[in-house]
Amino acid sequence: MTDTATPLSTARPSMALLVTLQRNRLSWIGLALIAAIVVMAVFAPLLAPHDPIKQNIIDRLEPPSAEFLLGTDSYGRDVLSRIIYGARISLMIGFVAVAIAMVVGSTIGILAGYIGGLFDQIVMGVVDVMLAFPTLLLGLMIAAMLGASLENLIIAIAVTEMAPFARVARAPTIGLKEREFVAAGRVLGFGPLRIMGVHILPNMVSDVVVLGSLWMASAIRTEASLSFIGLGVQPPTPTWGGMIREGFENILTAWWLVVFPSLAILLTVLALNILGDALRDAIDPKLRSENAA
Amino acid sequence: MSEPVLRVEGLQSEFRIGGQWYPAVRDFSLAVEANETVAVVGESGSGKSVTALSILGLLPAVGARIARGSVIFGGRDLVGLSEAELATLRGDAIAMIFQEPMTSLNPTMTVGDQVAEVIRIHRGTSRKAALAEALHLLEEVRIPAARQRLHDYPHQFSGGMRQRVMIAMALACRPKLLLADEPTTALDVTIQAQVLALLNELKQSYGMSILFITHNLGVVAQMADRVAVMYAGEIVECAPVAELFAAPLHPYTEALLQAMPRVDRDSAALHPIGGQVPPLTAMPPGCAFAPRCPLRQPQCERHPPLVPLRLGSGHSLRCFVRAAMESAA
Repeated sequence: MTDTATPLSTARPSMALLVTLQRNRLSWIGLALIAAIVVMAVFAPLLAPHDPIKQNIIDRLEPPSAEFLLGTDSYGRDVLSRIIYGARISLMIGFVAVAIAMVVGSTIGILAGYIGGLFDQIVMGVVDVMLAFPTLLLGLMIAAMLGASLENLIIAIAVTEMAPFARVARAPTIGLKEREFVAAGRVLGFGPLRIMGVHILPNMVSDVVVLGSLWMASAIRTEASLSFIGLGVQPPTPTWGGMIREGFENILTAWWLVVFPSLAILLTVLALNILGDALRDAIDPKLRSENAA
Repeated sequence: MSEPVLRVEGLQSEFRIGGQWYPAVRDFSLAVEANETVAVVGESGSGKSVTALSILGLLPAVGARIARGSVIFGGRDLVGLSEAELATLRGDAIAMIFQEPMTSLNPTMTVGDQVAEVIRIHRGTSRKAALAEALHLLEEVRIPAARQRLHDYPHQFSGGMRQRVMIAMALACRPKLLLADEPTTALDVTIQAQVLALLNELKQSYGMSILFITHNLGVVAQMADRVAVMYAGEIVECAPVAELFAAPLHPYTEALLQAMPRVDRDSAALHPIGGQVPPLTAMPPGCAFAPRCPLRQPQCERHPPLVPLRLGSGHSLRCFVRAAMESAA
């Protein structure tokens, strides 16, 4: 049988991702972990054995047991239930903040790269100043300025993470705008917005998405850090960072209060990093062929 | 005679090098009649591509400018039109195809969508109607099994096929004028012949004019009705194709023809042209070809104008020495 219509190459990123996943066992673990955490967050009310907010002084600081699998905190709240609900906040903040940072940051980067000249220099100067601040410090300043709330936390993280997206989007834009198909687009009468949106963006979106998965891990860490110092989501809403802060006071007597939320953060960040690496491998053809060899 | 499709008058395009403006194209005047193919020939750096970009208003915004001249197309001077007005013309009434078919298509879009995009922008038709039209165009440029290949990506196409797709995109809105900038240089010879034959055929059926830019004299002989030979940014000779090949007058044209390999001549008889094209920043004040010219005379220290020979022959020449010999004969 001959079938000339079948394309032999796997140039589509989605196909390449599947191939990479097949080859690399570790990336499966990352993907499975992410899936588990997402399921946990989505079905939190069904999975949590106890109410995460209801206080119960009689059962306070119980060590892990059959009733409370991961123990209880100083208000007698079930740690497992709070971790399950906390996944909602962590994932939501991570996802929304990175989505905002990704959209705004890459828009700035593409515009700067495409327009070039003085505009590019000014915008990238501002971006460099933002990059010069440590992420946490900048987030701290913004969160302190705006006040502690869920929305402000998301804004603070999004603003601090915009700069790397602008940088990563700008570099390929400068290369792509010199490519013949962009010149061909201009010759055929395409406007600058169409060229940027239809002809430049799809050719670099993979770079940005890879960066997104890596920075989402960072966003979750920043959220935990800001919550830890009390600038995050306010109690009694369960967040992983907030739980560590509360548990910190009793770390010598009740180790489970700090260890389990820390593990949750660790696993989530690890899983996102593994996934980011797998995405990068899938998209970078050079690394892909090395894997194949 | 009716108004030509394109009339370029005294075009001068300049580039800024080290804070000073240097002309890359000087005193360029050329008319392209309806359904005519005019070839612009010259070696690399002679200003052919800059001329094409100037016509379309596509010179870089910084460091380049059109200093003088006019480009009359459809009764309007394109020099000085706004970017938005030019964009509505490009791809619609004037289209252009490039040298590099391998990289001239967007790798993330199917070829069908790319052809349809041009139609949708300039005609405002629906996606579905535009795709149907794109299919028709791909069949017209002889993409085999066009219906199946409509949804293929550029990397699944060969170089020749991609150039056909580029041609389909350029012709999508039935342009009056096609600028072809070395469209076959990157293709091998058999594919080149096919693409040229296709262009000739489409030119007839669409009734368009072609301004064909090339350094390949063989392609000129196959395609052109008239030829303009460029040297160092200016036209040195312009003549109907048969006359130019039979009786070249400008010493540069002559040298160029002698430097071209031909099947009917011994390859040992090829004569390279000595010396180099003067750089943009050090143009001689007189005839630009004088430093390399075997017929150089004292009067070549002055800049020769492009003068028509014999009324109605359509042959014009930028050379004091040969023009004098012609009028004496």
